[in-house]
Amino acid sequence: MTGFLSFVKKETLHILRDPRTMLIALLMPVVQILLFGFAISTEVNNINVAVVVPHWSESVRQSVEKLSSNPYITYQGAIEAGEIDQHLRSGKTDAVVVFAHDYDKVLNEWKLNGNGETAMQFVMDASNTNIAQVGAGYLTNILAANQMSSAMIPETHMLFNPQMKSAFNFVPGIMGMVFILICGILTSVSIVREKETETMDVLLVSPVRPLRIILAKMVPYFILSCINLTSVLLLARYVLEVPMSGNLGAIIVVSLVYIALALALGLLVSTIAKKQVVALLISAAIMLMPIVFLSGIIFPVENMPSVLQPLSSIIPARWYIDAMRKLMIQGIGFIGVLKDFIILCIMTVVIIGIALKNFKDKLE
Amino acid sequence: MSNIESTHNSYIIQVKDLTKQFGTFTAVDHITFDVRRGEIFGFLGANGAGKTTAMRMLCGLSFPTSGSGTVAGFDVMRQGEKIKSHIGYMSQRFSLYDDLTVMENMQLFGGIYRVGKKEVYSRATEMLQKLEFSSERDTLVGSLPLGWKQKLAFAVATLHRPEIVFLDEPTGGVDPITRRQFWEMIYQASSEGTTIFVTTHYMDEAEYCHRVSMMVDGQIKALDTPTKLKQQYNATSMDEVFRTLARGAKRGD
Amino acid sequence: MTTDKAIEINSLSKSYGKAKALDQVTFDVQRGEIFGLIGPDGAGKTTLFKILVTLLNADEGTASVDGLDIGRDYRKIRNVVGYMPGKFSLYPDLTIEENMEFFANLFGVTVEQNYDLVAPIYSQIEPFKKRRAGKLSGGMKQKLALSCALIHKPSVLFLDEPTTGVDAVSRSEFWDMLHNLKKQGLSILVSTPYMDEASRCDRIALCNTGKILDIDSPSNMVEKFDGALYGIKSHEMYNLLKDLRGNKTIINSYTAGEYHHLLAGNGFNADVLKQVLLNKGHKDIEIKSITPDIEDVFIKLLSNEQH
Repeated sequence: MTGFLSFVKKETLHILRDPRTMLIALLMPVVQILLFGFAISTEVNNINVAVVVPHWSESVRQSVEKLSSNPYITYQGAIEAGEIDQHLRSGKTDAVVVFAHDYDKVLNEWKLNGNGETAMQFVMDASNTNIAQVGAGYLTNILAANQMSSAMIPETHMLFNPQMKSAFNFVPGIMGMVFILICGILTSVSIVREKETETMDVLLVSPVRPLRIILAKMVPYFILSCINLTSVLLLARYVLEVPMSGNLGAIIVVSLVYIALALALGLLVSTIAKKQVVALLISAAIMLMPIVFLSGIIFPVENMPSVLQPLSSIIPARWYIDAMRKLMIQGIGFIGVLKDFIILCIMTVVIIGIALKNFKDKLE
Repeated sequence: MSNIESTHNSYIIQVKDLTKQFGTFTAVDHITFDVRRGEIFGFLGANGAGKTTAMRMLCGLSFPTSGSGTVAGFDVMRQGEKIKSHIGYMSQRFSLYDDLTVMENMQLFGGIYRVGKKEVYSRATEMLQKLEFSSERDTLVGSLPLGWKQKLAFAVATLHRPEIVFLDEPTGGVDPITRRQFWEMIYQASSEGTTIFVTTHYMDEAEYCHRVSMMVDGQIKALDTPTKLKQQYNATSMDEVFRTLARGAKRGD
Repeated sequence: MTTDKAIEINSLSKSYGKAKALDQVTFDVQRGEIFGLIGPDGAGKTTLFKILVTLLNADEGTASVDGLDIGRDYRKIRNVVGYMPGKFSLYPDLTIEENMEFFANLFGVTVEQNYDLVAPIYSQIEPFKKRRAGKLSGGMKQKLALSCALIHKPSVLFLDEPTTGVDAVSRSEFWDMLHNLKKQGLSILVSTPYMDEASRCDRIALCNTGKILDIDSPSNMVEKFDGALYGIKSHEMYNLLKDLRGNKTIINSYTAGEYHHLLAGNGFNADVLKQVLLNKGHKDIEIKSITPDIEDVFIKLLSNEQH
């Protein structure tokens, strides 16, 4: 066996014999995708609604029927006008629909004249503005649009993400984070561990060139990342039903470049850190925090203070996430992400260059 | 050794058939021995002989599987917590906090053992004076030479005036002069009535002890004064005694 | 280029900031010699090892290993040395066999190729070759580490504190192994904080805080000791020490186990001392002339240094 292959074998054994770390590495992306996909979503799919009906008529009954049969709404029944405040305050109710006393008459007026008095009122719990706004929108659509045929209710069409599924946006973000975590942090810790146990000293005091030591260390983590890439893409496509309308080949190529970049970052950290704890802290500080706050996963880059916007452009994840959004959700072809791709390639080369320059075959 | 003679009947450690099992493995196998008050007792054994496990039981850090006995007047089977607060403990691996000053370390450990604030201060000042170390009161421990750290660690371990101090390989890696100064501190503590229970890898250090026990494969194979042990095994040094006894050992660590 | 010296060191110095780790260190190691570097923590042993195996650069001075310059020829040196760092623990998650194979491949050889050299050591642990290194006893770990450092047939072996933390039996076995390797022509530089291991070396350098105090064979070192050394004991060892310190005819006195050691000065007379001590209330006094050991030599050199 050549030196290189025996290195790769050794690294692979290290990973295989540490089932806990391997499990985390393989399951973390899956769990994150599922978590963001289902649990933490910004869409509102359950609004608790009560109604106040001073006078039950046929049209009121129809409207209430519509409410109670809508899957996004949990109908809580009729209450007295005096109880509205109490219900909303208790938090059990998100919205109350108050029908006018002379609902039928007002409705007819609208139908005849195109204007009239208020037929119904929405009282919302606005402590969660998101639920309040989205809820009001739902209620308007359900109740008003159909009943008041002549009233001009604007119809909103959602492009690219017609169901408004927030999970779509999270998938590229999670990919941007997972690869940095696995490639970056795990590689840096594994190299620094050898410094701590002084096995690195013995490796250096051997004819093997440092570059080969490093490359061999990266191989198993690269493979691990490819497995992750596959599982994330499969989950995104078949469980979250992300359209993946762009070019699959382009998704993979851009991702591979990004994985290489993450490995290079890990290597860079390992050249700086002397202890595993330090490697972890540096990784968290220079890799994870900027990704979470500056790459657009949580806060859109466009909404950032103008000071931070240029800063976000040096975060590799920003470009990767941007490219993945275009490829996976918008269905733009490879040409559309060419800029992102080139920037990622340049960053990779630069980081590898700095890392290799920093990595010496001596201890200082 | 008048000190010991005069208190001949009072023992600080008395254990009988102390045993510790981990599953089917008997780490410590029915050990029985006594340690007199004020004695310097050497506890030796090869790696894996069960020294550490036995010491943990005596310090109240783990309960024996079976057996009986007392340490500093408390039951080893039931009163682990009481034992812990009445003994001193120092090991080479854990001693003092490098990022605290000499005095801060003393105050910290004094506090842990519930010595009153004023009392800690006066004892610490007195100890530093004895060590001729008062000028370094406010120096960070991390910047002191290893030998000094170890002497300080011993001072800290005896700050709450325990009747017995357990020393786990206290002198690793220090130069011979410092090592001797350290033993002087031990002699002094012993002459003032404190019992010293010490483990070491340096066989020549066994000769400093009043009595020495040798553990092999979980059992105490020999226990006597260094002089008598050397006679018994027809050896010129404790190193030879140790090697004769440990050669038959079946297990490593 | 062949030379009769395995290692040549000329006034090597190395500082970390203000702290001098090595201060003008000079010595040679002959071929086929076991040379011991003996000193406490902080003596600069590890720094010297790292410079010689080309992991660190020296600030000043020159050195060569196997005739190769540590600066210019450092890549070549890496082919011919075997190195066991102080904390060296192998890969605990790999088996004995996997560790051996890995280190063999690292140097482009196979275990079979050089089996003869390591056989006397490796055969002792080979029956457990499927066991992970992390589960081995201290003595077995040490044998594996030595086998791994030897598998590429180095000409010079660097062992940094190989016996630290290992019990006396394993330590003694380890030294037997080194003597076997010496017979096969290996040159060995070994460091240890245990003074009692000095006698197992051909020559030793006593060092402290980056300086070499003396270099010689262990027996010469003891012979050179000028001054009369006595062992003394009484029933009260601590007070005895205090009383000895107050005596003008004694240059130095220190604990040393069953007997305290004292270095006699001008006008010293054992019988007179005994009488003085009896008057001070000491009982069972015993005074005897003794041969110094390496520790006594070390203490004397250190006290000279400090005064």
